[in-house]
Amino acid sequence: MTLDAVVVGSGPGGAAAADVLTRAGWSIVVVEKGRNHLLDPEDLSRPATDFSNDEVKFLQRHFLGPDPLLEPRSFRTGVEDGDRLVVGDVNSVPSTVGGGGTHADGKVPRFREEDFRLLSTFGPQAGADVRDWPISYDELEPYYAEAERSIGVAGTAGANPFASWRSGGYPMPPGAPMYLATISAPAAERLGYHPYPAPTAANSVAYDGRPACNNCGFCSFFGCPIHAKGDPVALLTRVMATGRAELWAETFVSRIRWSGRRARGVDVIGPDGVERSVDARHVVVAGGAVETPRLLLLSGLEHDLIGRHLMVHFQTIAAGVLPVRLHGQRGRSVTHVHDDAIVGDQRAAAAAAEAGLPWIRGGMVEHGTPALPIMEAVLYPWGERHRQLMRDSPYRERLAALIMQGEDLAAPTNRVDLDPHVKDVRGFPVARVTYRGGRHELVASDHHGANLGAILGEMGAERISISTSPGVSARGGMSLAPESRHVMGTARMGDDPSTSVVDRWSRVHALDNVVIADSSVFVTSAGYGPTLTLVALAARAAAHLAGTELSPTGPEVSPGPG
Amino acid sequence: MMPVWLTEREHATLVAACTRLIPADEDGPGAGMLGAPEYIDTLLGAFSFDPPRIWAGGPVSGRHGGPPGAFARFHRLNRLDELAWRTRIEGSQGLPERERNGPVVGLQERYRRGIEALGHDFAESPTEVQDDRLRRHQEFTDLLYRHTCEAVYGPPEYGGNLGGAGWRTIGFDGDVQPRGWSDAEVSGP
Ligand SMILES: Cc1cc2nc3c(=O)[nH]c(=O)nc-3n(C[C@H](O)[C@H](O)[C@H](O)COP(=O)(O)OP(=O)(O)OC[C@H]3O[C@@H](n4cnc5c(N)ncnc54)[C@H](O)[C@@H]3O)c2cc1C
Ligand code: SF4
Repeated sequence: MTLDAVVVGSGPGGAAAADVLTRAGWSIVVVEKGRNHLLDPEDLSRPATDFSNDEVKFLQRHFLGPDPLLEPRSFRTGVEDGDRLVVGDVNSVPSTVGGGGTHADGKVPRFREEDFRLLSTFGPQAGADVRDWPISYDELEPYYAEAERSIGVAGTAGANPFASWRSGGYPMPPGAPMYLATISAPAAERLGYHPYPAPTAANSVAYDGRPACNNCGFCSFFGCPIHAKGDPVALLTRVMATGRAELWAETFVSRIRWSGRRARGVDVIGPDGVERSVDARHVVVAGGAVETPRLLLLSGLEHDLIGRHLMVHFQTIAAGVLPVRLHGQRGRSVTHVHDDAIVGDQRAAAAAAEAGLPWIRGGMVEHGTPALPIMEAVLYPWGERHRQLMRDSPYRERLAALIMQGEDLAAPTNRVDLDPHVKDVRGFPVARVTYRGGRHELVASDHHGANLGAILGEMGAERISISTSPGVSARGGMSLAPESRHVMGTARMGDDPSTSVVDRWSRVHALDNVVIADSSVFVTSAGYGPTLTLVALAARAAAHLAGTELSPTGPEVSPGPG
Repeated sequence: MMPVWLTEREHATLVAACTRLIPADEDGPGAGMLGAPEYIDTLLGAFSFDPPRIWAGGPVSGRHGGPPGAFARFHRLNRLDELAWRTRIEGSQGLPERERNGPVVGLQERYRRGIEALGHDFAESPTEVQDDRLRRHQEFTDLLYRHTCEAVYGPPEYGGNLGGAGWRTIGFDGDVQPRGWSDAEVSGP
């Protein structure tokens, strides 16, 4: 029997596509190279019990993969660096059933209207490839609403004065604010900013058969032991319950087989190491924005734009030590954010003008504090002072951090391609990331970094420091490879096949029956985490494929606060 | 308890060395007495257990409610995980499947050499001499310190943090599922 579709990757994107396709009655296989710790092996329509509050397993021992000894990546900042600067863990998101959704702490804001028409709203920037998307926010809105319902998002409509319009409220009210936010949000307000409860894919109340978050505190970087994080366990359990899907874990897709304008199926290597071919009428690729272009290149697809325009949020991190204890180990990792740096103001415009840029945009600012002791301990020196430092705990109990996920403008030189020498454990070339922040990112980071520092000052923080990731040599410290796990843009969407890889329905221009269901298709990176947007786009692409599109709804409230 | 991979002599050196990295004070014993050498020994000898002691189980430990014992049920490794962890621990040893991207020096060898470099008389030496030698072998000391921190502040099921004493020395509660924290405990001071 030929399958209706093979879905490559079981992260939020693949899970969202699989959900739509199985509901449309399609028979599919979801192929995932990582292990399954998300779904109960006895009954895949129920969550598993493998996640735990364990800093060793999740942060020190690659429990969710990828293990850099098996599946490394390489990195360089540009061709001047030669073939590569480093080999190892570069920008990796978990490789496991559920992908990065399993351990993200799930801030899932929507993009704003102008994020889809960056070029027509703001105009071009030298050195960057600024463009409009072929689709608008209005076209995506019903899918945003559906995504919020299906993964379960907690938030307050109207709390963010800069939010895009919404056809309805959030499915759940926001969860408890962390203690830090009761200090940082009022301080930010006093300086004229507009903090609000982060829209979060963690249950604030029991929802969809899963319990409310009980604030265990091992949140960002950890799988949720009680499955209060809905993304993507809600989607995958639903997919498996239809009985129309199989899940092949520990199985790598090594190639999309195609001829002419059609894919015939995929080649896979299962847990036994044996390669075989699977026929399918359609192929949905959702390996994430680094692995997806790698698979297209491994499959012999030739389009110069595959892998180009990699965007990675440029992080600006302001940190300071407060006199009070913040007990960040209780509750979620971030509960409040503000968007003022995205919207910009006179001062941002002046900073841009002074740097000779037409405009700058920052990103969503997360209010957070670290929480866990191994992370902290390794930062202190060993010896007589260690125990006292751990008890005073400037880094774990008292550090306040404001992290801006700055918008990264697309540039053709920032890209993913195949490393010419380094191979993964199965013998395939690994993804090589070539990335360097552009002038826009550096200027925006400098300008907004100072603003973040001022908020910390208003909070009464001391020893305030401002750094970026990727590191910039003058500021030192951090690694040259970007730490942000928000990766986008390596198979860009557009109407013109010469300037884009997929069409407005996320279908590969060159192959009629292949769609991409992850953030590879993004045209701009916005200053927001990509996950809700990629889930909405994946569902939209799958619905188009299966002929079950949602009809667009109009704004219930007029554009503006929502 | 007998070490599973270290010799008794090596174990004694680690007890002394870990105690210099996180020394005892009025709040509790040093890392050497908090299980750090046992954590390291369990990692180096992980494959003498079945399943290997790499990833502890879930979802709850029993320390804050729920049935005890789940953390102690370690996960099985698949073929590739075993390859990765054997390479990391035992080194690549010239085996082609472990040297795809070049040779890997294993943790066992790094520990054997590092401990030897600290000197056979390390455990009996005065603390200033111990500190001086640790400083002179910085690369090994960095490795040892990272593992010592993991040992003292990670779940006791990995062999360190004896009875949660490492967490108690810093007033940390450790894993808290299924109890969690109330909204008031999250939002209040
Ligand atoms: C600590 C952390 C916190 C985060 N917080 C947020 C946040 O707050 N908000 C937000 O929006 N985003 C956040 N992210 C990012 C988020 O995890 C990603 O945006 C999201 O997971 C991307 O979903 P995806 O389905 O596109 O890809 P992924 O989640 O990367 O899933 C892709 C899956 O495909 C599999 N795969 C890839 N190639 C193949 C192949 N050839 N064969 C078989 N399987 C394959 C991979 O193993 C993987 O499991 C966070 C990430 C991390 C690491
Ligand atoms: S803080 Fe809440 S959502 Fe996060 S892991 Fe714990 S219970 Fe799950």
